[in-house]
Amino acid sequence: MIFIAVAVAIGVGAFIAGWYLGQPSRPDADKNSPYECGFEAFEDARMKFDVRYYLVAILFILFDLEIAFLFPWGVVLEKIGRFGFLAMVVFLTILVVGFVYEWAKGALDWE
Amino acid sequence: MEFQIPDFAPAYPEIFLLCMAGAVLLLDLFLGKRFRNLAYGLSIASLLATIAMIIGSSQQATTFNGMFLRDLMGDILKIAVMLFTIMVFIYSRIYQQDRHIFKGEYFVLALTAVLGMMVMISAGNMLLLYLGLELLSLSLYSLIAMRRDSLHATEAAMKYFILGALASGILLYGMSMIYVTTGTLDLAQIHAAIRTGDSANLVLSLGLVFVVVAIGFKLGAVPFHMWVPDVYQGSPTSVTLFLGSAPKLAAFAMLMRLLVGGLENMSGQWQQMLIILALFSIGFGNIVAIAQTNMKRMLAYSAISHVGFFLLGVLSATPDGYAASMFYILVYGFMTLGSFGMILLLSNKDSESDMIANFKGMFSAHPLYALVMTLLMVSMAGIPPLIGFNAKLAVINALVESRLYWVAVVAVLFSVVGAFYYLRIVKFMYFDQPGEAIRLNGGMEMHTLLTINALALILGLPWIGWLIRICNSALAQLS
Repeated sequence: MIFIAVAVAIGVGAFIAGWYLGQPSRPDADKNSPYECGFEAFEDARMKFDVRYYLVAILFILFDLEIAFLFPWGVVLEKIGRFGFLAMVVFLTILVVGFVYEWAKGALDWE
Repeated sequence: MEFQIPDFAPAYPEIFLLCMAGAVLLLDLFLGKRFRNLAYGLSIASLLATIAMIIGSSQQATTFNGMFLRDLMGDILKIAVMLFTIMVFIYSRIYQQDRHIFKGEYFVLALTAVLGMMVMISAGNMLLLYLGLELLSLSLYSLIAMRRDSLHATEAAMKYFILGALASGILLYGMSMIYVTTGTLDLAQIHAAIRTGDSANLVLSLGLVFVVVAIGFKLGAVPFHMWVPDVYQGSPTSVTLFLGSAPKLAAFAMLMRLLVGGLENMSGQWQQMLIILALFSIGFGNIVAIAQTNMKRMLAYSAISHVGFFLLGVLSATPDGYAASMFYILVYGFMTLGSFGMILLLSNKDSESDMIANFKGMFSAHPLYALVMTLLMVSMAGIPPLIGFNAKLAVINALVESRLYWVAVVAVLFSVVGAFYYLRIVKFMYFDQPGEAIRLNGGMEMHTLLTINALALILGLPWIGWLIRICNSALAQLS
C-alpha cells in the first residue's frame, strides 16, 4: 500500500514538477534536434530498432557491470590483500574468456 | 573482522569443471574447424575427470562460511548428474550433426548447466542455491533456443524463459520472507532458528508457500505444469533428453536442502502442500498422457506424473521417504534417458520421428530395439520385475509407514491408469503393421549404450538393495 502511494506520488509528482518548472517553454531548432543517442527528441517511442543494437547493448551492460565491481575493489584493495587481488583476477579471467569468444565470433563487428 | 581464506578443497571438482567449460569454449572456437569432435570428446573427458575427482575426495565437509556443503547425498547426485549428461552427449551426437547444432556452444552450455546443478546440490545457503538455479536455468533457456530457425524451439524457449523467470521471482520472494523472520540466509541457521511452535508465524508460512510454489514450477508439478509439455515437445530432442533427466536430480537436491535442511520443523505445513501437488500431478499427468499422439508430449505428461510420485516420498517426511524419493528420481532419470534415446534412434535427417505411430511394427523390423523400448516402457509403468517397480514400491512403502494410507491408495490407482499408455506403445510395436520402413539412426556407441541402458533396468536388480542402502545412508547423514 505504502509502495503504491509512493510510486504514484513520484510518478505524478515528476510529471507536474516538469510541467510547472519548465514553464517558459521556448522551443527552437537546436533544442529539438537529436542529441547524444541520435534519436529524434519527440517521436513515437515504439519505433523499429536495428537488432544489432540489442547485441551491443547486452555486451555493453556485461562489461559495464564489471566496472561496477572494479571500483569498490580498487578502493579497498590495500585491505583485502593478495586473496582479494587473486579473486578479482579469477573474475576477470572468466570475463576475458567471454570477451575472446564474442570477439572471435564477430559480435563486435558492426558490418 | 578477521578475514580467513576459505578452504577450497571441497569445491575442487566444481572449480575444475568451470575451468574446463571455459577451455572447451575457447578451444572449440580456435580449433573447432579442424577437429570437429573436439568439444564432444573434451566435454565427456572433463565430466569423467570431475566424477573421478568427486569419488576421490568423497567427504563430509562445510566450507565458505557454511555456504558450500559436501556430503554423501550431494556426491551421489553430482555423479549421477554427470553420468546422465555423458549419456545425453553420446545419444544425441548424430541427431545434432544432422541438424547442424553439433557445436561447441551446446557442450559449453550443457557443462555450465551441470556446474549450476552441482552448485545447487552443494548449496548450504539460500543465495548460493538461487545462484546455482539461475546458472542452470539460463543455460537451459539458451540450449532450447539452439535451433534458431525452428519456430517451435523459439516458442518453447520463450515460454520456459518467462515461466522460469516468474518462478525465480517467486522463489526469491519466499526466501526474502524467510529471511525476514529468521534473520539469516544460511540453511543450517534457519533450521536452528525455527522451532516447531513457530509454524503459526504467518510471514514464515507465506514464505514457505512461495518457496514450495517455486519448486513446483521448476519440477513441473500440477498446477504449475503448463510449460512442461510445450517445452518438451518444442525443444530439439537432444535438449529434451537433457532437460528431462539431470535437472530433476538437482531439483530433488533443492527440495532436500530447502525443505529438509532449512525448514524441517515446518514439515507439518509443507506436507499438506506437497500432498496436493503430488496427487494432482499423478492424476492429471497420467490421464492426459492417454490422449497424446506425440511421443515427446506423452513423455512430458508422464514426467509430470513421475514428479508427483517422487514428491510422495518427500512428503512422508521421514529419512526413509527421502531415500525412496532419491532412489526413485535416479531410476526415473535413467528411464527417461532411454526413452528419449529411442526417439533419437528413430529420428533422421528429414524427420523428428517423435509420433507414437512411428513405433508401429517395430518388432518385425528391429526386434532388439522393440525389446529395449518394451523394457523401458514396462519399467516406467512400474510393473515387476523391473527396477521401475522397486522404485515405486519404495515410495509407497515410505508412505504406508507414515500412515498416509489414502494417499498411497490414490497413487497406486492412478499408476494403474498410467500403465495403459505405456503398454499401448508396446502393443503398437508388436501387433501393428509398420507404416513405413523404420530406419535406425545413431552410431555404434549409442546403440550399445542404449541397449545397456534398457537391459540395466532388469539386469541391475541384484544391486537394488545396495543402491537403496546407499541412498538411505546418504539421507541419514543429512538429518
